[in-house]
Amino acid sequence: MTATAERPVGVDIQENEQNRAVIEAIEADNEDATVRHMPGLVRVTSPGRLVINRTSVEERLGREWETHEFQLAIISYFGHIKEWDDDQILIAWDH
Amino acid sequence: MTIAPKAPRKLSMKDRYSALTRDLDWEPSYVSKEQIYPLTTFEGITIHDWSKWEDPFRLTVDAYTKYQAEKDKRLYAVLDGFAQSQGHLSLTDASYLNAMKLFIQGIAPNEYNAHRNFAMLARHLEGGGPRFAALCQCLDEMRHAQTEIHTLSNYNKYYGGFHNFSQQHDRVWYLSVPKSFFEDALSAGPFEWLIAIGFSFEYLLTNLLFVPFMSGASFNGDLPTMTFGFSAQSDESRHMTLGLEAIKFLLEQDEKNVPIVQYWLDKWFWRGYRLLALVAQMLDYMLPREFMSWKEAFELYFEEQMMKGLFEDLAYYGIRPPLHVDKAIQEKEHVSHQAYWILYQFSHAAAFTTSVPTAQHMDWLEEQYPETFPTYRKLWEKEQRNIDNGGRHFIRGLPQLCQVCQIPMGFTEADDPFVQAQRESIFEGERYNFCSDGCQYIFEHEPVKFRRAWLPVHQIYQGNCGGPTLPDVLNWYGLEPGDGGEYLGSIDHQNWLKWHGDPAHVENDHAPAAAGAEGGQ
Repeated sequence: MTATAERPVGVDIQENEQNRAVIEAIEADNEDATVRHMPGLVRVTSPGRLVINRTSVEERLGREWETHEFQLAIISYFGHIKEWDDDQILIAWDH
Repeated sequence: MTIAPKAPRKLSMKDRYSALTRDLDWEPSYVSKEQIYPLTTFEGITIHDWSKWEDPFRLTVDAYTKYQAEKDKRLYAVLDGFAQSQGHLSLTDASYLNAMKLFIQGIAPNEYNAHRNFAMLARHLEGGGPRFAALCQCLDEMRHAQTEIHTLSNYNKYYGGFHNFSQQHDRVWYLSVPKSFFEDALSAGPFEWLIAIGFSFEYLLTNLLFVPFMSGASFNGDLPTMTFGFSAQSDESRHMTLGLEAIKFLLEQDEKNVPIVQYWLDKWFWRGYRLLALVAQMLDYMLPREFMSWKEAFELYFEEQMMKGLFEDLAYYGIRPPLHVDKAIQEKEHVSHQAYWILYQFSHAAAFTTSVPTAQHMDWLEEQYPETFPTYRKLWEKEQRNIDNGGRHFIRGLPQLCQVCQIPMGFTEADDPFVQAQRESIFEGERYNFCSDGCQYIFEHEPVKFRRAWLPVHQIYQGNCGGPTLPDVLNWYGLEPGDGGEYLGSIDHQNWLKWHGDPAHVENDHAPAAAGAEGGQ
């Protein structure tokens, strides 16, 4: 059994201009993240946990961004959504 | 001096969610809970505290409608642009649309079915949180059915196979596979539905359905399908969350729930996996510009994410990976080739067309399946020699269907492509046939339910499908000339060549290909 901290989690995001800032923010905030481009989508995986920070996205987007907006970007994910509040979305395994 | 009152602070997501969902629930005073929620006990599931249900999305009705409206706006802009610019002409080939015909006939009506059952859950689950999540999913599923039909209706103006999907879904033999899958779930209780559709289908397997269809669409010039797919899939991640939450909630509530959930997981993994045989053949054979093999998709979306990720998480609750998952892994080298070979031979009775893969396409398949495709290649090359001698073959008899998945029994043993798999069980003096250990296992747990399956072949023999001859049955199916058969020389193919000014069309003008005409008979 692999430790919870190492088993990868990930998210598939539609590849478009609006989501570029989100993808860049994820890359910046998750240093072990791997990015794979597939037709029409970008797949980001990360060992153990993957975090999306509102402020990181806003810095790159140049405007306010609420975490609910992530619903327009996400295609799929694997892992468990542990937290989704005003400032942060966190995907990780529970056990 | 008076101090102006502070502007009211915006509630945090957490508080807003609590105020707009859970706070709208109430304790009944003059009727009992059992009277209000009569469906939550008969399946044997024990729930002690409904308030423990978590909704990580913290979705409220205002946020829901705001973002759903935005998703639809984006989609409809793409649809208009595509239709106005005659976008259908920039597809890789008219044969690509066979994948979409299968989609509108097999999937769209089941989105509608899903909406029906989530409406039932939105009424019958006891907790305010899960009821609201079910309501959102109910509206999503309706949106999916509508946007899928609307998107694909543009192709219906120019191509066969799209015009009568709803009636065909209820009647045509291969569509009984997805139809019976969903109706099995619809006729179960609310908790089995949550594990069947919410968890097994949405969380475990939906990536294998949607992402390959949509990336395939993107690779083959089908912008509208890619857009509706990703638009639907963005809701899907919320559905995945509901499914995962459902299984964890049931497992945490009471230990007695564990074996019940384990059986549902065993059953619905295999049911879903068998249904995906249709997706497997689509990925490997129906996309003129190939993008990812079934084997690679299965390894990526199932073996890596689910076997190495999810099931280690669920082991904590005493849940093991589904039974027969080893067979599915063994079969990944074979299942698409066998499924397409079945459809190829019966497409004269289908609302899509098939054709022998081109040499170039077979080279790609051989790269993807170096171990196994050489065997199947020999089959196709033999068929090509038949065609060169004027003998494109369709099977004129009717196949034995598996009693559970309803796919014609053309699959082999998982580890031997030369031995056909057949299992049988006797129940109350009658013999039932199955394509696999997985399907037999399900029947033996629920023989009373599955003995009553509406099997298209049996129904034809019983005289319930329009009449005794093939034209009678095809007429009852609502098929029209050009819907099915061989692709080369078909109406779609002829039109495609004409619209693209292809010289091959001029040659064919006076001698319509025999194979296409054969298909409609």
